[in-house]
Formats: sequence, C-alpha cells, structure tokens
Amino acid sequence: MTAPPGLQVDGLRKRFGGVSALDDASLAVKPGELHALIGPNGAGKTTLIQLVSGAERADAGRIVLDGAVIDGLPMHRRVALGLARSFQISSVFPAFTVLENVALAIQARSRARCAVWRPVAGQAALFEPARRVLDVVGLGARSDIAAGALSHGERRRLEIGLTVATGARLLLLDEPLAGLGPDESARVVALLRTFKGQAGILLVEHDMDAVFQLADRISVLVHGRVIASGVPQAIRAHPEVRRAYLGESTA
Amino acid sequence: MPLTLLAEQALNGLQLGLMLFLLAAGLTLVFGIMDMINLAHGTLYMIGAYLAATVAEASGSFVAAIAAAVVGTAVIGMALELTVLRPLYRRSHLHQVLATFALILIANELVRIIWGAQPIALNMPAALSGPVELAPGLRYPAYRLVVIGVGLAAALLLYVVVVHTRVGMWLRAGASDREMASAMGVNTAWLFTAAFGAGAALCAVAGALLGPLLAVQVGMGENILILAFVVIVIGGIGSVRGALVGALLVGILDTVGRTALPALFRALASPEVASEAGPALASMLIYVLMAGVLCFRPRGLFPARG
Amino acid sequence: MASTLHIGLRPLPTLVLVASLVLLPVVLTAVDQPFYIVLASRVLIYALIASSLNLLIGYGGMVSLGHACFVGAGAYTTAVLVHAGIGSAWLAWPAAALAGAVLAAMIGAVSLRTRGVYFIMITLAFAQMAYYVVVSLRALGGDDGLVLPRRTGYGFGLDPHADMTFYYAVLGVVVLLMAGLRRLLNAPLGRALQAIRDNDVRMEAIGFPVFRIQLAGFVIAGATAGLGGGLLADLNQQVSPSLLHWTQSGTLMVMVILGGAGRFLGGVLGAAVLLLAQELFSDVTTHTALGIGLVLLAVVLFAPAGLAGLWRQVAR
Repeated sequence: MTAPPGLQVDGLRKRFGGVSALDDASLAVKPGELHALIGPNGAGKTTLIQLVSGAERADAGRIVLDGAVIDGLPMHRRVALGLARSFQISSVFPAFTVLENVALAIQARSRARCAVWRPVAGQAALFEPARRVLDVVGLGARSDIAAGALSHGERRRLEIGLTVATGARLLLLDEPLAGLGPDESARVVALLRTFKGQAGILLVEHDMDAVFQLADRISVLVHGRVIASGVPQAIRAHPEVRRAYLGESTA
Repeated sequence: MPLTLLAEQALNGLQLGLMLFLLAAGLTLVFGIMDMINLAHGTLYMIGAYLAATVAEASGSFVAAIAAAVVGTAVIGMALELTVLRPLYRRSHLHQVLATFALILIANELVRIIWGAQPIALNMPAALSGPVELAPGLRYPAYRLVVIGVGLAAALLLYVVVVHTRVGMWLRAGASDREMASAMGVNTAWLFTAAFGAGAALCAVAGALLGPLLAVQVGMGENILILAFVVIVIGGIGSVRGALVGALLVGILDTVGRTALPALFRALASPEVASEAGPALASMLIYVLMAGVLCFRPRGLFPARG
Repeated sequence: MASTLHIGLRPLPTLVLVASLVLLPVVLTAVDQPFYIVLASRVLIYALIASSLNLLIGYGGMVSLGHACFVGAGAYTTAVLVHAGIGSAWLAWPAAALAGAVLAAMIGAVSLRTRGVYFIMITLAFAQMAYYVVVSLRALGGDDGLVLPRRTGYGFGLDPHADMTFYYAVLGVVVLLMAGLRRLLNAPLGRALQAIRDNDVRMEAIGFPVFRIQLAGFVIAGATAGLGGGLLADLNQQVSPSLLHWTQSGTLMVMVILGGAGRFLGGVLGAAVLLLAQELFSDVTTHTALGIGLVLLAVVLFAPAGLAGLWRQVAR
C-alpha cells in the first residue's frame, strides 16, 4: 500500500491531565491545497498543530507526510522533511535584522548550516533567497531593521516569511490573521492566496470570511474530533456544523 | 550499622532538613513571586547567627538572643529589599546573580570588620546541653531535640500562614503565576517587602539555632545557601510543599549518607577504598539526587508554575 | 548591511592592542617591575577562560554556574601528565583542552535538557560532583592538590620558567584562540547559537537541531576553559581543588557580566578589571572584597550592560 502524497493525520489523541484535547482526530491535506481547520475555542486546533509539528507528542495516532511516518521525529527533522509551522503569537528573533531572520531559515536547510569558519555576512547563497522571500511577504523595504522594532502587522508577515523560507512543502499556519486590522488582514489573505498550488497549507483561523474566501477544503474540529471535512459549500450546508459551530458564532 | 546509630542519624537528618526548610521556604517564595535569584539569602542566615551570638554574649539569655536576631535580621532584610533588591526585580537573572554576589562580598567583609575574621562562640543554653534518653540505649542531645521542635513549629506556622490565610493565598497565587501577582490588586510592593522580611526572619531562626552546633563564621552563609538552592530546585521553584519535601530529602540523605556510605564501603571493599571513596560519594549524594531529579523532572518534584 | 551581529575587526585598535600586549613585558622589565609580567600572564589566561564562558552566557544564553570544573579538568590533566613524565606543552595543553571537551560533552548532554534557573543549578551540581571527586582521590593529591615540579616545555631551546617566555607563549595561545572565537561567532554555527539564545523554540521550528548546536557550543567552551586550566597549572606550578570550587565558577561569571556579556571583549575586559582591582585594592587595604563588592553593585545598578556597554554609552 502506498500512501497518497500530502499530509495524513490519523486518529490523533492527546490528553492533558484528565482533560481530552484531541480525541481520534483525522484529516488529510493534499499537495498544494489550502485546507482550513476551524472549530470553536478549545476544540483542539492548536493542540493539533502542536502534535503535527512535533512540539508535543501524541498519546496515539499516526502522522504521515508524503508517505513517510513522521510522528516520533523531533520538530527539526520534520522541518527537514518538508513540514513547517508558524506561531499564533509571532515568534521571531528580535535582536536579528528582518533579513537575518529569514536568512536563518535559509541557513537551516543549507549544507553548511553549522559550519564554523566562513562568516555568514556576505554569503549571497543565504541572503539572496532571503530577500526574495521578503519581497513576497512585502517586507523588502524593512529588511535592515531589527525584527524587534517591527509593527504587529509586519511581525505577522515576517512570521509567515520565516515559515515559507524553510522551503517546506506543507505549511501549518496557526491564526496568521490574529490581531490584524482590516487592511493588514486583506494583505495577508492576498499573500496566502499566492501560496495556493505551491505548497499545501493547513490553516487554523477564526476569521470566517477569510477562511471561506481562501480554502479549497475545510475541516471542522469540535471537542477534539473532526466532525466534517469538505469543500466550503458543503461545510456551510452541513447540518451538524451549523449546529455545533456556525450557529453558535452567528447567534 | 546499629539501629540506635541509624535512629540518631535520622534525627540529625531531620534536624538539618528542618533548618534547610526555614531557609528554602523564604528563598523559594522570593524566587517564585519576584522571579529573583537572591544569592544573599545565606548572608541573612549568617547575620542572624552573628546577631544571636552578640546578644547572647551581652545578655546571657538564649531566648533574647533568638528574638533579637529575628527582629534585627528581618529589619536588615526589609531594608535591603527596599534599597538594593527592588530595582533588580525587572532585571535579568544574570544581573540579580551579580548584584547579590556583590552583596555577599560586602556583607562578609563588613562582618569581618565588625566581628573579626575568627569564628565566634554561640553557646547553647546550659539547661539543654545534656542528653535525653529517648529509648533504651538511644541518648540524644536535648538541644538538638529543641532545634527539631522549633523547626517543626516554624514549619507548621509557615504552613498555616501560607495555606490558610489571605496573605498566604496572595503569596501562593503570586508564586504560581507572576502575571496574577501583579494583577492581584493588593499592594504588591508592601507584600514583597513583608515576604522578604519574613524570609529573613526564618533565616535568622535557622542561623541562631544552628550557631551552637556549627561554627559562627564568615562564609557559613554560602555553604548553606548552596544546599538551600539544591532543596528548592529539587522541590520545584516557588512551591513551599516542594521546599519541605526537598529539605527533608536533602537533610536525611546527606546526614545518613555520611555515616552509611563509608560503612557500606568498609563492608564491601578494602579500607583504603572506603576511606577514599566513602566521604567523597557521601558529599556528592545530594548533587547526584538533584541531577537525577532534574533528569526525569526538569522542573523539580512539585512544579509551581503551569 | 545594518547587521549588529557581525563582529568586525577594526585593524587599527586591534593592532594597537596586540602590539601593546607584545611590548608590555619589555616595558615592565625596563621600568624594573618584572613581577607584573606574571600578573599579566594570569590576566591573559583568565581573559581566555572568561571569554569561553562569555560564549556560553553572552552568545549562547546558557548560564552555566559550573564552568570552573572544566578549568579544573584541564589543570589536573596537565599536572598529571607532568607527573607522568610527559613534559611537552605541545601534548599537555591539547590534552587539557580535550579533557575539558570530554567533561563538557558529558555534563552538557544531561544539563542542556533543562532550561533557565534549572540549567544554572544542574551545571552547579555537576561541578560540585567534580569538586568532590578531585578532593577525594589520593592520586590527585586530595585537599592539597598537586605540585608541578616544572612547567611544560616548548622545545626550540626556550625556557618556560623565564617569565617573559611563558608570557609570550600564553599571549600566542590567547590571541590565536580569540581570533578563532571571533571566526566561530561570525560563522553559521555562531549565528545559530545566538539565534537560539534569542528564541530556541523558533530555531527548532525552522529546522535547526537546537540541542546538538547548544551541545557543540558547550563543548567548545569546555575545551577552551580546559586549555585555560592547563595554562593556569603551568603558571602556578600547582593545582588544587579550589580551582573547581563553586565560588570560582561564580567569579568567572562575575568577570563576564562585569565586562559585558555578549560583547566580544567582555570576558577579556571583565577578567582584566577584576584581577587588577584585586591587586590594586590589596595594596591599599586588607578588605579587598568590600571595594570589589561595592564596585560590582554599582556596575549592576548603574551600568547594566557591563563595562563594555558603559564604554559605548560614554563614547556616544
């Protein structure tokens, strides 16, 4: 049996103390598709990102990336195999310039990532691709200032830039629109649209307008279980989803 | 090893453990609430012992000596908190280490200037200098029994205050969640100063009680400080319960190990090996314990912060 | 590029610094103060050791309170080799570095699983264990330590017991290693270490093996400190357990923070200022520690970036 390409998550379980955060959660992200994961607060969305990215270990279940079983691997090995995540609260390197931030992510996949002799400064092989990533996320003009000095919106985009720069084929994006105003939000939505087809994306997001604009498919997580998976129209019409989630939020 | 010797060692261990708890309780609360590494905590212990020795010499009363040491050290502790330590709360741990290391140097030198470099005497009350027969064949020094009793009483008092009073609730809330501590709406500045003074007073109790058993000398604070740190790391920083468990573990392991290990080696190997490896391994035991605990529970036995 | 991470090499100040260090013994001999050549050698050695700790604390964010045990490992290795009849510095010093590296690999492999204060304490615990091992082993002289009947030799007809020759040997080693340290910090591994200091979770999330990189940094620092210990053994012609005592680790940490953690010459500056201040105060008063304590306290309260930072503040 050969597993299909993309990401398969099968029967993930995780308990914290006596509380079940994920209970037999399963979903699949096809290559190049933008797959949104929605659900009410506390449904286990962030836990799922934590488990799939390798930040925490699942109690049970299987995670398969392009046919390779990756659960049990440390996070950095999963990144090397092509699976990278972003953080709900921007996580950058404040003392490094914006350009150096992204260059680190490029360095992570270079063969000499831990070399001890040749200075990093002036290594075009690191900084050229980093500049291209910054142009894509719209931070090209801010490349030389310290990441700690960026505005919240700019930091959200650097967060995405760091994740993209790893070269991963599958991105786990944890609420990239969190805390953004309408203008910045529209900008990031446009950015995410450009990634479609290039990389598979599992998008966790609360902004329903953005989700229904962007997603090729949507999975709904309620009480640690995926209760529905399908194209946006199907999800909108799904009775259980309406009751468990959409009904709640429009009420 | 004879049973009476083992019992005696266990009592000695209990006594050391209780004294360590008096130091560790203050240290762990300061650490938990203010996120402050205070290397000078052992210095307060030293100051307490010196104050007690001086007052005992002048008044001839051991009880007066302890009372004076407690009050004096608490005042000094609160003065330190208000002047030097308060600006350090928001600084990095590195700065706190450096500043409180400097305090140790300053305090040690001042003690040398005031009391001289030689150890000074703090005698136990004459009435308590004899042994008591606890069981047939088990004679134990009366003074050490009193130390154990006072230690138990202080530990109980601390427990009641921390667990059953409003101030204690604030302290616990602060130690388990610093955000909460600042959002509590109580006068946290006052709470910090008071907590620090109480920690200093506990140091003074331990210093005054241990004075007659150990030497009252410059440097006594550093040795016990390291032990107190080992205790709170084993117990989990910020947890008073952890400090109690850690203190008893360390006290008993250290005391019993020093007797039992050399004896064990004598039984198992040659006398040379025993005299060489025995004491060394015994000194190492508590550090082995700490490394072992951190290996399996990197945040101590009772992690206070979620 | 607006990078503040790259440690530049300004040719003129560097040249002036190295040249004055080269000329120092000549000048001291000329003004008839040869005693200070030994003091200068000691400062250089501690500058190297403190810089190795600066690599951990200032650049790697690994606040170790057990650094003295690597110094001790190197010092005792050199002493034992001399006693075993191996008297060449070309063997003894690398062996001292190797001893520091091996010990650091073992301690780091366990300690780097913890974070923050727990890391401080577990490094202290291991250093204390090493201290008690040394105290108890009769082969290492127990409490008294070991006396080195002679310093390790360099060949080429050079006499290591001539204070000037020894000074130049130390200077050569220290300059070479500081150059290497600068190289390392500017290289990918150095960048990665600093990035982990800033945000270890993010580093793991962009694909760096954080644990292995930190361990590499820990081993490099341990090897450098071990070499420094080897030099100290030669300087003092004596090693004792006090080299490994936790107050030694504390003093090294003070040097780093005093000089400026995370600034390239912070360790050098801190070692020089602390040792020279001790020397100076001890001429005027017997209460040296009081003065040093007050100065340290003033530095923390009023110049939190250390002396290297104060320099910049004033220069601005």
